[in-house]
Amino acid sequence: MLRRTALFDEHKHLGGRLIDFGGWELPVQYSGVMDEHTACRTAAGLFDVSHMGEVHVEGPKAEAFLNYLVTNNVSKCAIGQAQYTVMCHATGGIVDDLLIYKRAPERFLVVVNAANTTKDVAHIQKIEKEFRAKHSIQSAELHVTDESDKYTQIAIQGPKAAAILQKLTKIDLTPIKTYWFTEGAVLGVPAIIARTGYTGEDGFEIYVAWDQGPVIWRGLVDAGASDGLKPCGLGARDTLRLEMKYPLYGNELGDDTNPLEAGLGWVVKLDKEDFVGKAPIAAAKAAGLTRALVGIKLLERGIPRHGYGVFSSDGATALGEVTSGTQSPSTKESVAIAYVRLDQAKIGNRLTVDIRGQKVPAEVVATPFYKRPY
Amino acid sequence: MKFPAELKYTKDHEWAKASGAIVTVGITDHAQSALGDIVFVELPKVGRTLKVGETFGVVESIKAVSDLYSPLAGKVTEVNSSLGDDPSRINKDPYSDAWLVKIEVSDASAINGLMDVATYTKLVETLK
Repeated sequence: MLRRTALFDEHKHLGGRLIDFGGWELPVQYSGVMDEHTACRTAAGLFDVSHMGEVHVEGPKAEAFLNYLVTNNVSKCAIGQAQYTVMCHATGGIVDDLLIYKRAPERFLVVVNAANTTKDVAHIQKIEKEFRAKHSIQSAELHVTDESDKYTQIAIQGPKAAAILQKLTKIDLTPIKTYWFTEGAVLGVPAIIARTGYTGEDGFEIYVAWDQGPVIWRGLVDAGASDGLKPCGLGARDTLRLEMKYPLYGNELGDDTNPLEAGLGWVVKLDKEDFVGKAPIAAAKAAGLTRALVGIKLLERGIPRHGYGVFSSDGATALGEVTSGTQSPSTKESVAIAYVRLDQAKIGNRLTVDIRGQKVPAEVVATPFYKRPY
Repeated sequence: MKFPAELKYTKDHEWAKASGAIVTVGITDHAQSALGDIVFVELPKVGRTLKVGETFGVVESIKAVSDLYSPLAGKVTEVNSSLGDDPSRINKDPYSDAWLVKIEVSDASAINGLMDVATYTKLVETLK
């Protein structure tokens, strides 16, 4: 039995094509990937992201625990700020990437990927045990609770997102900077309003109580109709993030991926006190990385896809693999994210991608593949 | 969804239309709708010999790659290379102008073994 979000009936009502996504019945598209993608880039897109997992980490030892759990420096995160980070296995491989919202000195909201929620919660609880034993933490000093079933999460993204959301709340959205959030009412419903997203556009992610989801969703659909807002499915969510080269767990990131080779060195603070996976990540860095995650553009026709091989320009030497690829709805170019041998990762370097046995010429290009004009 | 009565259909959601020994092949309205925005087609070389069920090309949407299977045995006599510039024409109307290949079939009566419109419409109903 597939799980449904609080917005299931809304998706059916709007003609969403429902699929199984990591055990969740969610719309892959409504009007079409291209149409939804364009709406988000030029007006606004509305996304049901309630399948994401939410974990509360609270108590006097919450910050110290999170600093042990994740690679980024949580102490640098101010109250009202969100921080992107990853958490790793003891091997240095990535368990998941996540967002940490600091709501109060001892209250954090941790948001993880839907398909990983069960694995992540188990990992967090395992590390919690380890951390408690190591530092003799009393039970009252740290609370870690899986609250995933209690939240509806809706993302509104695009150049008109702020103006549309502003119609539904008295909170002035203007001073909320990117990667900051505030707490207040949207249509009278208590909400966390975060200026975060996964599209490369300006926009917000709104967290409300699970059963309040439909009120907010309908409110945004109605308020945004005259501005060109469109509901967007998982298909557009994927092409939007791909154009930005935002990594996706299962494609760019995995249990065997070192965060440094994934281009996430900026969230790995090796100068921080001990954290899970620190030693092997530092050792890999000292030994020298062997591959890098790059953006690739095809120079001839074809579409690179997840799993396709990347080869030297003469096609003779295997250099890596495509992790995500599509035809960019914004630029119409065939683009991909790929791991390639480090010495072949320079911008401008010529390669080939094996598409059904044919080595199609390609080039390493600067990313993101799309830059917003505002 | 539109399934013209004069065409024959396959379980792989292709349509076929005979004109003497030449059979024109494309994908159905159901196939284009299931695929979504089509952005790429790869077609065989003219002159290639195809067996029944053999993969002769692909249609790609933004999200997915889908193989094309030859509904009949024969030799490719023509491919619709004009689709290369605007494969989204298949989404707009997968019949008439958005055909994919023409095959000179080795057995002109074999097309009668494909589904008629009533049978195919029933098949599509079961997929909903």
